[in-house]
Amino acid sequence: MTQTGNIILDVVIIVIKIVIVLGVNLTIVAYLTLAERRVSAFMQDRLGPNRVGPAGLLQPIADGIKFFTKEEIIPAQSSKLIYLMAPSFVLFPAFLTYAVIPVGPTFSAWGYSFQMEIANLNIGILYILALTSFVVYGVVLAGWSSNSKYPLIGGLRSAAQMISYELPLGLSIIGVLMIVGSLRLSEIVNFQTHLLWGFLPRWNVVLQPLGFLIFLIAAFAESNRLPFDMAEAEPELVGGYHTEYGSMKFASFMLGEYAGMITSAALMTTLFFGGWDFPWVNESALGVWGILLAVIAFSLKTGFFLFLYLWVRWTLPRFRYDQLMRLGWKILLPLALVNIVVTAIVMAFLA
Amino acid sequence: MVNEWLPVFIFMIIMSVVVFVILAGTAFIGPKRPNPVKLSPYECGVEPVGEPRTRFSIKFYMIAMLFIIFDLEVIFFYPWAVVFKRFLSGSSFILIEMLIFVGILLVGYVYAWKKGALEWQ
Repeated sequence: MTQTGNIILDVVIIVIKIVIVLGVNLTIVAYLTLAERRVSAFMQDRLGPNRVGPAGLLQPIADGIKFFTKEEIIPAQSSKLIYLMAPSFVLFPAFLTYAVIPVGPTFSAWGYSFQMEIANLNIGILYILALTSFVVYGVVLAGWSSNSKYPLIGGLRSAAQMISYELPLGLSIIGVLMIVGSLRLSEIVNFQTHLLWGFLPRWNVVLQPLGFLIFLIAAFAESNRLPFDMAEAEPELVGGYHTEYGSMKFASFMLGEYAGMITSAALMTTLFFGGWDFPWVNESALGVWGILLAVIAFSLKTGFFLFLYLWVRWTLPRFRYDQLMRLGWKILLPLALVNIVVTAIVMAFLA
Repeated sequence: MVNEWLPVFIFMIIMSVVVFVILAGTAFIGPKRPNPVKLSPYECGVEPVGEPRTRFSIKFYMIAMLFIIFDLEVIFFYPWAVVFKRFLSGSSFILIEMLIFVGILLVGYVYAWKKGALEWQ
């Protein structure tokens, strides 16, 4: 095949992968909203939405149509341009992060090496951290441009919370990076496919339990979920930074939030729970079935962490704002530093 | 093989189109019947009182400044962490180096703590 033919084939495969990833993720986001309502209902001994379609399965589609056909309100006092742009600042990076998450091992078919992620970047983790930080702009601009009291307070609180928890989030990953020695997500997963002492899967959660705990808490705070959803604390702030938003612009913030949840769940799986690795099985030796097994293992682990989000929501009460800040700055930040120092010293002794 | 960043740029273009369609689509499909009350700021049904962009707590600025300082220090950890294992085989110089860096970071952290910058009243 010619050089240009190869490049065209590459681009076509990239576009197909992007469409699949985007489609799957939008579907998961839609059904996560339904799952959230059904699980919440189950935990509170209610039924939840079960009228639209069998067992309420068409509810997200009905919601989507309703969001699209609602009137778009642009408050008279708002800063129009920023007000209209803010939702895209949340939506745009939220989905782009999936580009680097590997859902299976690289395999060869018809003489073509096929990667199970869109982009295999050598700075994968930095790419994700950069994009997730970008969401803060959307939140604070939405709060400010609405020119109303509740959104402003909600936006400020949310921004302060997100940047505070970004520090422990970034520091908790460093332990993993030290062990693996690469920022490439596929290499981090490959490292974890081996066994520890011959029987235990060498997942980073075994080597970095404290790092995982800090990452889990910080990721919950980053995605503004309960027990850290100070920005949306309904009783005191009405709706937080998106109080003034309606129709699909409001839905964009929700989509961004749920997409962020999926990103966090996928990251927890990839960084700490072996990614697509099914323990005690060598996926790349099994051909097509190995790929399938890897994708299923990845989906199950990610699904578990998504369920954990809903589970925690109805288990833990909401923090108070000063408690939240104390947890982030005075407990998680020093703990993350201790984790790094201890990991470094242990590794130096073992070397 | 194409540049490894090419997929990201293609994804960005596709995502821009998707975001534009989502946000512009709703503006075309939805009805438009604005009236002054509907467009007024939300304040639980009461007439808005005072300027919405009032002064807010200095704490937010404080957190933002501390974040910038500490986040820069976090970023310095990343290249160090990636090469840590490779450099460790020769000598433990890289470990001592890092301990000094963490020490400097801790001095700033303790200072901020003692000055009460981390208190939230």
